[in-house]
Amino acid sequence: MKLEIVGVTKSFSLGKEQRRVLNDLSMHVEFPHVLGLLGPSGSGKSTLLRIIAGLEVPDSGSISLDGEIIPAEERTLRDYRRSLGVVFQAYNLFPHMTALQNVMLPLTAVHGLEENPARLRALEIMERLGLADHAGSRPAALSGGQRQRVAIARALAAKPRFLLFDEPTSALDPEMTAEVLQLIAELRETGTPMLLVTHEMGFARKVADQVAFLADGKVLEHSSAAKFFSNPETRQAAQFLEKVLAY
Amino acid sequence: MEAPREKAFRWIRVYWAMGIIILVTLLCTSVMGRAAEGWHSVWNYRIVFWKGWLLTIFLSVASLLLSCLVGFAVAVARRSLLIPIRSAAFLYIEIERGTPFLVQILFLYYVLFNFIGLENRLVAGVILLSLFSGAYLAEIIRSGMESIPASQLESARAIGLTTIQIYRFVIGPQALRQILPPLAGQFASLIKDSSLLSIIGLGEFTLAAQQVNSATYCTLESYLPLAMGYLVLTIPISSAARFLETHLNYET
Repeated sequence: MKLEIVGVTKSFSLGKEQRRVLNDLSMHVEFPHVLGLLGPSGSGKSTLLRIIAGLEVPDSGSISLDGEIIPAEERTLRDYRRSLGVVFQAYNLFPHMTALQNVMLPLTAVHGLEENPARLRALEIMERLGLADHAGSRPAALSGGQRQRVAIARALAAKPRFLLFDEPTSALDPEMTAEVLQLIAELRETGTPMLLVTHEMGFARKVADQVAFLADGKVLEHSSAAKFFSNPETRQAAQFLEKVLAY
Repeated sequence: MEAPREKAFRWIRVYWAMGIIILVTLLCTSVMGRAAEGWHSVWNYRIVFWKGWLLTIFLSVASLLLSCLVGFAVAVARRSLLIPIRSAAFLYIEIERGTPFLVQILFLYYVLFNFIGLENRLVAGVILLSLFSGAYLAEIIRSGMESIPASQLESARAIGLTTIQIYRFVIGPQALRQILPPLAGQFASLIKDSSLLSIIGLGEFTLAAQQVNSATYCTLESYLPLAMGYLVLTIPISSAARFLETHLNYET
């Protein structure tokens, strides 16, 4: 899979102030497996993920996936979003539905599956993710790690061509973080390309094939994970790694 | 959650209140020495009470259904991206909530409805009550919709749901849980407010009691059943509202 980002700019207004989050950002990625998006807080990595996920439209510039430009118009953008799977930091499950209903909803409402095939598919994925016993539980009755696994099951249900993770473990305690990271590492083996925004450097180093380092709304460095972690090119990246790896 | 003991106490309080009212009534009437007589003459008009009471129920239920439609439409209009629609909804809510219901009845019925030739009092009553209650419902429904966190909408969009599907599967069911208690409260208000429609000669419960009073000159015996008749309707609703408040909350 090929991801091409050309001159993307995005600003948000904070009151009267305009804050430029992405500043003429360009990047070309040939996806083998996993691209890790790293950088300090406020570097724009989550915004970039949201734009690639079709949840946000850039002010200027364009992004294409396998040569197909991400549309800006809501109707076509919705079709584009349907082909992806997104996992958020705070799970964002629907609290009034059971885990199973959460996983089934995109299948029945968006992808046109009948109730029964949708249930079978959802249960199959949940079983694979170790959630078979929790199908009937509401999100409130699940642990953080289980909730995030349900969210991953929901993202996987419609067999997306591209999986995007926005800090999937930031809201979890260490034990549950390990549980979710383990799952993501396993998903890598399925071969679905993944974009991973994370603060877990050890994990990024282990799972990501390539790493893009963002700072001040630009890609400062884009290289193989092995090279980035052992020998970063830019001073900012080196300082960043020194800081986050210190503890 | 409320302990069953406390719940029992609450009901005991209600029964006490009703019992005391009845006791005081009987005492007053017997002191005045015309207990049996007064109640007898009013009893002859029980059909009038009964019909008025049924009409009040019909009026309230019909207005509740219509005002839910009005409330939902106005709540959605308040969230519209188009400024004229949003302003119109805002203006409607401000006018309806900023003027007394009695004034609205007088103005709309004698000016507007008269002008357009709407003479059916029942239809006029349902429209008046629905417009009034709809404005309050719009704000309740809107607050319910706004209580849904943005992250819910975001993940609904990420899945690829359309706007209508987001309302149906994500906002609707969650907002409904939030607003059921105030909704029940609003229904109780609507029942009580319907009594003001007696002013346009709509033969609902209050007008019925007034008619019985003018026919019998038994004030207490005419108006005490009136108050009780409303309580019979509103007490179950307000206790349902309290029940919903304690039982519908779920963790998010």
